[in-house]
Formats: sequence, C-alpha cells, structure tokens
Amino acid sequence: MSMLDVKNLQVSAEGKEILKGLDLHVNPGEVHAIMGPNGSGKSTLARALSGHPEYAVTGGEVLFEGKDLLAMDPDERAREGVFMAFQYPVEIAGVNNSYFLKAALNAKRKHHGVPELDAMEFMQLVQEKAKLLEIDKSMLSRAVNEGFSGGEKKRNEIFQMALLEPKLAILDETDSGLDIDALKLVSSGVNAMRTPDRAFIVVTHYQRLLTYIVPDFVHVLSAGRIVKSGGKELALELEAKGYGWIEPALAGR
Amino acid sequence: MSQVAEKPMVFASALDKRPTGGPRWLDDLRSRGAARFAALGIPTVRDEDCRFTNVSPIGAIDFTPAGQISGTADRLHGFAYTDAPVRLVVVNGRFDTTLSRLKGLPAGVHAGSLADALKDYADIVQRYFGQLADVQTRSFTALNTAFVQDGAFVHVPDGVVVPTPIHVVFVTGSDAGHVMVHPRTLVVAGAGSQVTVIESYVGGEGETYLSNAVSEFFVGENAGVDHYKVQQESLAAFHVGALHTHTSRNARFSSHSFSLGGRIVRNDAVAILDGEGGDCTLNGLYLADRERLIDNHTTIDHAKPHCGSHEVYKGILGGASRAVFNGKIIVRQDAQKTDAKQTNRALLLTDGATINTKPQLEIFADDVKCTHGAAIGQLDDEAIFYLRARGMTYAEARDMLIHAFAGQVLDGVAVEPLRAALEVELFEQLAKDLAEVDGRS
Repeated sequence: MSMLDVKNLQVSAEGKEILKGLDLHVNPGEVHAIMGPNGSGKSTLARALSGHPEYAVTGGEVLFEGKDLLAMDPDERAREGVFMAFQYPVEIAGVNNSYFLKAALNAKRKHHGVPELDAMEFMQLVQEKAKLLEIDKSMLSRAVNEGFSGGEKKRNEIFQMALLEPKLAILDETDSGLDIDALKLVSSGVNAMRTPDRAFIVVTHYQRLLTYIVPDFVHVLSAGRIVKSGGKELALELEAKGYGWIEPALAGR
Repeated sequence: MSQVAEKPMVFASALDKRPTGGPRWLDDLRSRGAARFAALGIPTVRDEDCRFTNVSPIGAIDFTPAGQISGTADRLHGFAYTDAPVRLVVVNGRFDTTLSRLKGLPAGVHAGSLADALKDYADIVQRYFGQLADVQTRSFTALNTAFVQDGAFVHVPDGVVVPTPIHVVFVTGSDAGHVMVHPRTLVVAGAGSQVTVIESYVGGEGETYLSNAVSEFFVGENAGVDHYKVQQESLAAFHVGALHTHTSRNARFSSHSFSLGGRIVRNDAVAILDGEGGDCTLNGLYLADRERLIDNHTTIDHAKPHCGSHEVYKGILGGASRAVFNGKIIVRQDAQKTDAKQTNRALLLTDGATINTKPQLEIFADDVKCTHGAAIGQLDDEAIFYLRARGMTYAEARDMLIHAFAGQVLDGVAVEPLRAALEVELFEQLAKDLAEVDGRS
C-alpha cells in the first residue's frame, strides 16, 4: 500500500482554481521532488495537503495510509504524521520556542497514547536533535521564529521535523533564501532522517537543493497538473533547459 | 450659575452628611471638594474626557456612604495575593487594624491608617496630601475629596530599601443597600529609597456599589517605587480610580494595572516626570466580558529633560464588552531628550466587543523621541494555522496565543506570588470567556 495517494486533486484559493486534477503516489522511503515554474501550483499542493484553510479542495481525494486525509483537521493530520516545513515560517510573539516544541511533541505523543515527555527527557531529546542543525540555546529560549534570520527560520523548521519524526514530510521551498552553508546544513538534517518507512515531498523551484537531497522521483508541475515525471536526472535537464520546453509539450496534448 | 443648574444634583443628602473633623486644612479641602462636585456633577458623554464612557448609571443609583460590615475576614478570600505578609486592609474606606499585618518592615518605615497619620505624621500628610489629585476639573476626585476620612499611608524615609511588598487591600461591601466608598492612598518615598506598593480593590460578589479611589505617590530623588493595581471589584460594581504620581530627579516609578472586575471601570493614571533623568513605566492589562466597560486614561507629563517613559496597555475583550484607551503624552518645552514609547493593543474575541482607542501626543520640545502604536483585532490566522500544523487543536492554539498576549504584561510583575496568583485569576476568567465563545460558534 502506498503511503500517500493523491487522485485527481483540484484545489482553489481565493476563488481561483489552481490545482486542476493532480495525481501523485508516494511510497514509504521515497523522496519525491515537485518542481515547476512560479504559479504552477507547487506550494498550493503542499498547503492543501497540510490543510491550510485558505485552500479549498473542490474535487478529488487524498488517502494517507488508506485514511481520508482531507476529512482531517490540520492538527489531526500533523498528529497522524504529516509534517509541512513552511515556506514562510510564522513568527509567534510571546511563545517561547522550546515551550512550543514541547507542546507540539506532547500533542502528538498523547494522540498516539505514548506518555508525555517530562522536562528532563524533553531537554535531552532537544539537545540531541539541536546539534544536528546547529540550533543554539538562544534560538530555543526566544519566541518562536521571532527575530530569527531567514536561515534560522528554515533550520528551525527542519529541527521541528527532526523532533516530531513525521511519516511524511513536505518541504515547501525550504531552500528559498538560503545561502550555501545553510542549504547544506538543512539538507544533511533531512538526509539524516531518510529511512525506509519515511517519505518526503520536496517542493522546490531550483535544482540546487536536489544535489544535496537526491530524489527518487521528480515531477514537473505546470498550470495545476503534473506534466512530466522522471528520475533524478529530470531535475538536471530542467536546470539546463529551463521550464520553457515543458510548456509546448503541454500545449500539444 | 446656569452651567451648574444643568447638571442634576446627585448624592446631595450624602454630601450634607459628609465627614468633618481633623485638621482645619482638611475640612477646607473637603468643602472645596463638595463645592466642585456640586458644580461639576457626574460627567456625561458630552464631556471630552468621558466621550466613550457613559458613567451616568453611577449617578442614577442613590449610593449612601458605607458603614461597617460583617464577616470582613472572609471577604478577603478568593482574591489575588491577599495573604501577603505585609498587608494594610481598608474596609469600606476605614482602616482595619485587626485584619492588617504591619510587622516586618524596616525601622523608620511607616505603613498604616491615613486617619492616624493625620495626627501622627501631621506635617508630612499636610505637605503632600491633595497636592496631585485634581479637585478642580475631575468630578470623581472632587467627590472623593469631599468624603476624605481614611485610607492607607506609607512613608519610607530617605535611603531605606523596603524588601517586602506592602499590599493595601480595599474591601467594599454592604449587608444591605448600595454603598459608596472614597478611600485615599498616600505614599511618600524619600530620596534614595525603594518600595513596592500593591493596591487591590475587591468587593462582595454580585454587589452593586461605587468604589471611588484616589491615590497619590511621591517618588523622591533617586528613589524607586514599583506600584501594582489589582482591580477585582464585584462584576456589578462601579470602580473609578485616579492614580497620581510625582517623580523627582533620577527617580523611577513603575505601575502595572490589572483590571479584572467591575461593571463600569474608569482608571486614570497621571504621572508627572518632574526631575531630570526620571523614568516612568505605565503598563496595563484588562479583561472585559458581558456588557462590562473598562476605560483606561493615562497621562504622562514630561516636565523635565532626559526622562524616559514606557507604556504598554493590553486588553482582551469578549461578549458585548467595551473598552476605552486614551494615552496622553505631554512633552513640555523644557523637556528635551525625552524618550517616550506607548503601545496599545486589544484582542477582540467576539464581534460584539468594541474598543475606542486614542493616542494623544502634545509635544512642545523639539529634540525628543516619541513613538506610539495601536493594534486592535483578532488573533492572527496564520499563527493559529502554524500551531495547528504542529499538532495543536484550534482551542489549544488559540489559548496559547492569548496567554502569550497577556503574558507580556504579566511577566512584568516582579512580585512572584502576585504574578502567579494573577496568572491563575486571569486564565480562569479567560477560560470562562472562551468557553462562552465556543458555546456560541
């Protein structure tokens, strides 16, 4: 059974149809890259899968481990093991980052009937995961994302992913705005989490990220549909030729 | 004469029987208060200062001056930090020796009854009392002054640091009928001294009364005074409170105001920075629900150069409640290098809640830094979604954001047992308000 089955998904935002019938099948252990020009619907797919209220599903279905994902609230999806790393992580004034992380972790543990972590166990876990992404103490004691640099925000997203250990991780343009050092750090954080039972959907505009996070499949999205799928070599082809050559292929259909 | 005639005469029979006695100057002051109140009457919404706060319901009830009540010790229970080790209890405007705990203060520090101080500290009281309170233009201050009899008096001599906070608890209640009280607080902190004074206003649950308080704080040169006001009046009561502070050179004054109770509440805080290098913080947090109204008027008067002022007021409004915030900052011509910052934020939990907010900057100096900002609205949807995307339910996410909003004022409370007690009170009240919001949606 595949982990995620997206069938003929149609999504609108602000009354405008963006995804026009998208199919995607993701098995455990696979990394799928979603590429495409601006406005093709890449981020819409990520946000719709995570349950953002401004993205209305108008048709199709999504099964996560055989369950109807679209019937779940965003928080239920998260607790079931779907994680989205935000393109623009939100600053949350007055909420301490480590307090927030503990609440998130315990929400999930409670959902799965696992005992909540006490302060000591939590700090041990945090220290272990923080090392991997070079998260320092000050980032943990500050308010969530408040005053974080662009790179720090993205590192904090992957750090959360490492703590929450999702089954399916969706990275929404995690590479945008990152310098090469931060990109390497984030990529190694993701690679460290690649296991046979965990899957990734990596949404990106650029091939650059995919030299560090090597995908099993690459899909090209254009005008709300997947117009081409292939292996990792497709990303290189796109990098060399740009997205222009995809469009005529679509027009000729 | 015609102007006087326009205002209906209220509390006339009570005013006829107002207290007398004590020093001559005090009797004169009471008479002046009575005369000014007769002339001013209860403010109406035509008065600029009360444009959004209709206090006329206060004048419609025939309040009588409060007398003694039964079971006063029990009336302290259930309110924030009323078990403080040093506490002055004022019951229906009269100092209560039995309930007060005055031990544990450093030598030379005096905390006790204002009525006693009129005899024992006659010179100091006469020098400071009524010097800041504005009898001339403030109707409720005039009314309070007409009835001056007792209250709390704190005197800290030069150079003395008081380590234990002094908690003044004003209890109002009645065995029968609607009463009004007019308590006074006078705090005089000498040069180089330090003291923390908490004022709590509490009352019998569901009782309708008028609590009309006036407090005056004098902060001597290089002294530091931290003030807290905790307003937990009955939800059917009216509370009008005027806080006046005067800071000298290099003095520091901070006030944190928590308004949790009352049906109609009007807080005035007026701080005069009257010496170079002074610093003043006025922070506030208020919670309103049902049809309640909470009005905070603040004035920070930068009279001298090189002073700083910091102001953060936050409100959380549910039901059909209303709030008013008016933040006036005056920078006198002389007050160069003033650094004033004002922030005012309110969270509206329901469509029925409203707030009227107005920053009012009057700047007469040219080399100053003054900033102000107001933000009114609902919780940030993107923040809610972010928290939900990490597994928290909608209610958990919302509560986390609301607690964070309030926490920024709460965390400024340096007296830990008070902070902890306020946190419990605040979040219990919020939980009720939010349960009501959830019930409706």
